[in-house]
Amino acid sequence: MKWEYESPRKAYGETLVELGKEREDIVVLDADLSTSTKTAMFGKKFPERFFNLGLQEQNMMGIAAGLARSGKTVFTSSFAVFATGRAYDQVRQSIAYPRLNVKIVATHGGVTVGEDGASHQMIEDIGLMCGLPNFRVIVPVDSNEVRRVIRFVAYEYGPFYVRLTRPSLPNITSKDDEFIFGRGAVLKDGDDITLIATGIEVSYALLAAERLEKDGISAAVVNMSTIKPIDKDLIIKYARKTGAIVTAEDHNIYNGLGSRVAEVLVENYPVRMLRVGMPDKFGRSGKWNELLKYYEMDDAGIYNAAKKLLEVKK
Amino acid sequence: MSDISPEKIRELKLIANKIRELTIKMVYAAQSGHPGGSLSAAEIFAVLYFHEMNVDPKNPEWEERDRFVLSKGHASPAYYAALALRGFFSEEELVSFRKLSSRLQGHPSLMVPGVDMCTGSLGQGLSAAIGMALAAKLDGKSYKVYALLGDGEIEEGNIWEAAMTAATRKLDNLIAIVDRNKIQLDDFTDKMVILDPLEEKWNAFGWRVLSINGHDVVQIIRALEVAKEVDGRPTVIIAHTVKGKGVSYMENTAKYHGKPPQDEEEYNKALKEIEEERREI
Repeated sequence: MKWEYESPRKAYGETLVELGKEREDIVVLDADLSTSTKTAMFGKKFPERFFNLGLQEQNMMGIAAGLARSGKTVFTSSFAVFATGRAYDQVRQSIAYPRLNVKIVATHGGVTVGEDGASHQMIEDIGLMCGLPNFRVIVPVDSNEVRRVIRFVAYEYGPFYVRLTRPSLPNITSKDDEFIFGRGAVLKDGDDITLIATGIEVSYALLAAERLEKDGISAAVVNMSTIKPIDKDLIIKYARKTGAIVTAEDHNIYNGLGSRVAEVLVENYPVRMLRVGMPDKFGRSGKWNELLKYYEMDDAGIYNAAKKLLEVKK
Repeated sequence: MSDISPEKIRELKLIANKIRELTIKMVYAAQSGHPGGSLSAAEIFAVLYFHEMNVDPKNPEWEERDRFVLSKGHASPAYYAALALRGFFSEEELVSFRKLSSRLQGHPSLMVPGVDMCTGSLGQGLSAAIGMALAAKLDGKSYKVYALLGDGEIEEGNIWEAAMTAATRKLDNLIAIVDRNKIQLDDFTDKMVILDPLEEKWNAFGWRVLSINGHDVVQIIRALEVAKEVDGRPTVIIAHTVKGKGVSYMENTAKYHGKPPQDEEEYNKALKEIEEERREI
């Protein structure tokens, strides 16, 4: 497949600048990572509404809460590991519980952070954030979708967690596509198995489906950008239709997309499934694409999981 | 400095006394809650809500209002008592504190009219207050932001992150008060973590520091007046207080940090002592 690659972080920064022009009430907070998260683009344009607070993720979340309580629409950014893990209690007590208008947009989610290694590779954040009442969780599939999602959360009241990845992503969706919150998108239809993926894993799911086609297996591919609330109807529909589901995510196989899908299946329409993701292990240093291969989370990994599942299904 | 009439001083003392009475009634009715740190802060609440702060009980979300964050959220009995006395909701509602049908959650929640921030997990309120103070600066509003901190609470690292940032951002519209009652849940603060020299610490973090007797309403009023003389720094008032103040068996002990009177005898004794205090005012 031929895709254009684009940095999702840059798309985030550019969208923030657009929103800053449209809306006086938007303020942006960062904790000394603004050149990486790209909030610096907003800061350059709107210095009076940009607060780079230094290495204070906990304080940043509390300040975000106070600004939101005073009528501001607040974006806070850091790496996923710090924005969620480091500041979890502040996010819980000061943002989630009072349901304040704070958008946590974290970059560097997952093992694809790469060379920085396990300390910086956040593989628990989707679980942490889905477990918080009042929070909604979105993992945009590409830079085009990042623009739509950032725009959406800016105009929708309340707390959101948006997870971005470090590497550039292939633009699978087009600029004109629509983002429908809470709905998965069927990128390719199929009858024998369904591959449900999120974020960086979606392009690998598409490649895996292509390989499966060559074996005469018709695989559907679903982009599940919204992890919470998850698109139950679509999961049930494809469980009925194909009877087998593989999930793929750049996250621990516990408490992420795979777990969400499993919950829906078990309660509604149990079919066999397999989860592709980090196998409850900390990552390690390496190039991001090498790591996906190493942990069998690339197209070959998804392909193999699908083949294995179809064997069991027989 | 403004004149403070003897009548005003007496009124504030009576309100502090009433806050103590209501605190005891609330925690006894709930059979849970935190009397120790509520009783120590009674005068502070009385001065804030009946002298200092510009709030409108009929319009709790009024945009120009002064903000208050009870960073030591467990002092909710005294806080709710002050809000009820000020007219944000009825005094009768107070005994529903901590019960399933009630709005009056164990720790401050936005369900309660007049509450500006959810608190309870210690160390976070000062950060929220900074956010409110920054918003005031952004919007060109003149309201002040007050945060009441516990001395045990400032063992939390988040407080010192916030302290540095408030000074960096020159938040002279932010006033923190530390209820220095010297006792936390388990023990005396200095047996857990040495906080002194507390005044010097805050000063070193870039704050204007005022040290007062937190049970003297005139000293509280004067300190708040100084705090509002803008000099480009946030102000912290270290209010030296007595844990459990006003109920003899609750004073200077950790035992009643988070425990109501243990039986009817204790309950009546507490109310009797508070009543005696009232008569002396």
